[in-house]
Amino acid sequence: MLLTIRDLTKTFPGTVALDGVRFDLAAGEVHALLGENGAGKSTLIKCLTGMHARDGGQIALDGQPISPGSTQEAQALGIGTVYQEVNLLPNLTVAENLTFGRQPVRFGMVSRRRMHEEAREMLAGYGLDHVDVARELGAYPVAVQQIVAIARAVALSGKVLILDEPTASLDARETETLFEVVRGLRARGLGIIFISHFLDQVFDLTDRVTVLRNGRHIVTAGTAALNRVELIHHMLGHELEMAEARRGVQRDGPAMLRAEGLGRRGRIAPFDLTVRRGEVIGLAGLLGSGRTETGDVLFGRTPADRGALREPDGTAVELRSPRAAIAAGFGYAPEDRKTDGIVADLSVRENIALALQARRGWARPLPRAEARRLAEDYIRRLDIRPADPEKAVGLLSGGNQQKVVLARWLAMNPRFLILDEPTRGIDVGAHAEILRLVGDLTDAGMSILLISSELDELIAASDRVIVVRDRRHVSELVGEDICTDRIVQAIARPDADPEGARA
Amino acid sequence: MSQGLRRLAPQLVTLAAVVALVSAFFPGFLAVEIADGRLVGSAVDVLKRGAPVALLAVGMTLVIATRGIDLSVGAVMAICGAASAWAVSNGLGLGAALALGLGAGLLCGLWNGVLVALFGIQPIVATLILMVAGRGVAQMITEGRILTFSHEGLAFFGAGDVVGVPTPILIWIVTGVAVGLLVRRTALGLLIEAIGINRPASALAGVNARVLLIAVYVASGLCAAIAGIVVAADIRGADANNAGLWLELDAILAVVIGGTSLLGGRFSVAASILGALVIQTIDTGILLAGFPSEFNLVIKAGLVVIILVLQSPRLGPGLPGFGLRAPRAAGVARTEKATE
Amino acid sequence: MKTLMLGAAMAALSTGVSAQTIGFSQIGSESGWRAAETTVTRQEAEARGIDLRFSDAQQRQENQIAAIRSFVAQGVDAILLAPVVATGWDSVLEEAKEAEIPVVLLDRQVDSSEDLYLTAVGSDLVHEGAVAGQWLVDNKPEGACRVVELQGTTGSSPAIDRANGFRQAIEGTPDIEIVRSQTGDFTRSGGKEVMESFLQAEGGGDNICALYAHNDDMALGAIQAIKEAGIDPGDDILIVSIDAVPDIFKAMAEGDANATVELTPNMAGPAFDALAAYMADGTEPEKFIQTESALYTQDDDPMAQYEARKDLGY
Repeated sequence: MLLTIRDLTKTFPGTVALDGVRFDLAAGEVHALLGENGAGKSTLIKCLTGMHARDGGQIALDGQPISPGSTQEAQALGIGTVYQEVNLLPNLTVAENLTFGRQPVRFGMVSRRRMHEEAREMLAGYGLDHVDVARELGAYPVAVQQIVAIARAVALSGKVLILDEPTASLDARETETLFEVVRGLRARGLGIIFISHFLDQVFDLTDRVTVLRNGRHIVTAGTAALNRVELIHHMLGHELEMAEARRGVQRDGPAMLRAEGLGRRGRIAPFDLTVRRGEVIGLAGLLGSGRTETGDVLFGRTPADRGALREPDGTAVELRSPRAAIAAGFGYAPEDRKTDGIVADLSVRENIALALQARRGWARPLPRAEARRLAEDYIRRLDIRPADPEKAVGLLSGGNQQKVVLARWLAMNPRFLILDEPTRGIDVGAHAEILRLVGDLTDAGMSILLISSELDELIAASDRVIVVRDRRHVSELVGEDICTDRIVQAIARPDADPEGARA
Repeated sequence: MSQGLRRLAPQLVTLAAVVALVSAFFPGFLAVEIADGRLVGSAVDVLKRGAPVALLAVGMTLVIATRGIDLSVGAVMAICGAASAWAVSNGLGLGAALALGLGAGLLCGLWNGVLVALFGIQPIVATLILMVAGRGVAQMITEGRILTFSHEGLAFFGAGDVVGVPTPILIWIVTGVAVGLLVRRTALGLLIEAIGINRPASALAGVNARVLLIAVYVASGLCAAIAGIVVAADIRGADANNAGLWLELDAILAVVIGGTSLLGGRFSVAASILGALVIQTIDTGILLAGFPSEFNLVIKAGLVVIILVLQSPRLGPGLPGFGLRAPRAAGVARTEKATE
Repeated sequence: MKTLMLGAAMAALSTGVSAQTIGFSQIGSESGWRAAETTVTRQEAEARGIDLRFSDAQQRQENQIAAIRSFVAQGVDAILLAPVVATGWDSVLEEAKEAEIPVVLLDRQVDSSEDLYLTAVGSDLVHEGAVAGQWLVDNKPEGACRVVELQGTTGSSPAIDRANGFRQAIEGTPDIEIVRSQTGDFTRSGGKEVMESFLQAEGGGDNICALYAHNDDMALGAIQAIKEAGIDPGDDILIVSIDAVPDIFKAMAEGDANATVELTPNMAGPAFDALAAYMADGTEPEKFIQTESALYTQDDDPMAQYEARKDLGY
């Protein structure tokens, strides 16, 4: 084996990012690393490239244990990385980018002629003969830049190449060009780690697949031996056997909201959706399939450019901004609670009161005592720890931060609450509490849109499950159909339109 | 109240230290006497001369709390002083002069706010435009000369006194208290801090970030207008070339000494005003000490560096009275973000 | 820029050959004094029947060079140049010399060789300081006189030279002592703020006999500070400064200021005289014509002086 990882462990405050993960990479193979957001892919890569120091476990390259302390060190050892966003300098020339940091020097000056020679040598064999190394990198399409980045990484490192979502901004033809390059490198004996959420590409390019979920190793298998359904099973998981579905408790509730052809170009295709009072609608799909985009459109975060959301009496609900959505009685706990949810430096009390205060307006401050009572109430009801309303919320663990965000919305008493991955990265106890809370809220008449990459969670909590694929709502499951197999099949059904996979 | 005092402790200690230092060079520094029915003394001069920077610091604090910066305040001072001087020298009366001056400040603030909030231009760039162009506007008003006036009503705001207390002192105290109460007795302070710390999250929680951003730049423009009127009134003339020159930097420095992070978030108007007084005490102290003028800037820079180093979170905890700023929770959030 | 184009267009239009056509490349109008210089130059030209072609360079040397080239192309009889910087004039001055058009420098000097221009008209900054100092020597009260000095912007040549000239003049008078000296940055507010600290530091002003300010603006700021401290400027504290801007005459008329040394905006008058002599019989003037640094006091009918100057653009 070229690269061997055993028992890799990494913890951050409040979360176990990697829990005894193993991973192997052979020379001359393309190995896909798969998993949903928060599964631990990025952390694994960062431990490998020296951006994080691991807490435990071994990494061996060519049989020698290694512990890179920086990306430079990892490069020197032979591990190079190319990210989704090209991390080169577009205003420098191609040659300067390729030789950056080690330009050939003559008499203390950079020798432009030799630099260009070296650059041309580095690019040989990548099918980029038409590229003028003296031109600015930014003048070339992203695919070319991506390949230049690969050429640089290979030249610098030469043993292991990590490609982190390299195709995210390429079109189909460019992707194929890139794959040709990758296959060429495989033939030259490099070990390549390929991260992508486009399953088609995984099947197209890779030899083996490793799936991570919740920081744990789930499976490693030959790509040819797997089918789509199995792969999605592995990624979305099937852990909690508690999946005793609520199934249709509220299915007959009165319709509260009706989306008619609601959509936004480039984000989510127009969809129809009826939200009934007191029901939980699950939204299932892979990363990038249109899950979050559906929530964003329903909350006015990226306002819809077609269709309408209507009250039962037919009046349209204004959704041009989050403020408008809040005024309509909506709430939204976003997927990335660190960047979009909590306001880290503010206290738990202030975070909980924030949305309420924003709705009251600046001139009508919530009295401090009342805000404190509110905070203490939710700290008790949601078991937020530490139970200190004056503590800065950024100092809390992930699960408790999530509870604070939930408390912020519960304090608003919304009629329609969108929860995007409410249980990601939080511990099992908090996980169950939040699901129980979802049940309690709907019993009280609130409607919830639950977006999740955990099928068990969806099955356990949802009255209906909408499946999204390729930014389109593709099916709706109710009753007995809400089960892992049916959801996975709906997600996996290969698309007839190959362009659709790129949307 | 004790919590408020604890927040202000580093600034109070700094001010006391600087006052002690100046007193060492000039023993009569704190002596105040009453001459001709008005308070006279170096300390009074500090409070009076500190008015422009203190006023600018009030507005600047709010802007910086939103993670912005307002480089235009010095130029806005020149514009507003010129507008008021123009009004009285054309016989428009005091009311019109004040209205024109404050109105000009409001418009300047609105311009900055719209560029930042609606067009999404980085604050440092957006306000740089007016910083550069503003003096030209002021010069157009004054027609390139020092526009002098002898209107006692307007001069009162710079050189007058109320029961012995120089008017500029009262003006910054009233402005500071009014703004302080406005932001803390309403929810403005909380909402400003929220958008400064995390604008996307605040917007999702329904905070109207655009309106708030425009409001803080307007507030900064108004504070600059008041400062500009005070400065023009002080010398009974609007000096477009020199009024408020480089004062934006002193104002930013005052906010920093006041312990508000340039990264936005938690702020204290009172602490920024104390920061302004620290700077003015240094300035006046240098003048009193009688060093050759070549040393002015070096001494000031040296003292500022010492103050900032002593207040830095890294060094602070070891020293009593300093470093009471809580470590930023955002740092923790950033580490955790890496878990994905 | 617009002014430049307008000037060039107007120059092109006026084809009528008058007695004399002289081009004037002015720096801009950055200060009141500069504006006054422009006004006085126009007045002097008009009085002599000279057709003055004016170009405002808006502080940019390239505009000045372009203006001189355009003057050369128009075939003017002479050129007045108030150079914005000292260097970089050689080639354009040579062009003028080849066209046999004499160039007179106003107010500021250039680094070019002396044979490239006819003469330079300007003021001697050291002399200005000396005139101010001499006035104090002649007019100080009996006994010791403690002087405070408001300097110009630290490191600027007027600040250095006016300080030196003053010191030279008072050297032989041991009674006069400069006790405090600090920069007021040539501004009114600077003058006022620094004067306040002087008053505090010098026993509330009782120990100060005179103020010497490097320009009138600082003196005007200081006068306000002195008044606000309850002291009588011009009486309790003598005030002498330099520049002779209109406002200082007003202060003199009110008895608040005592003397000012004129930095005359009339650089063009001597320049026109030298040109006339040169064109009449080829008289080569001196390479530097020093303008008079006239002293004005309360006895010189300051109100009339104020009236005469207030519309010059100061």
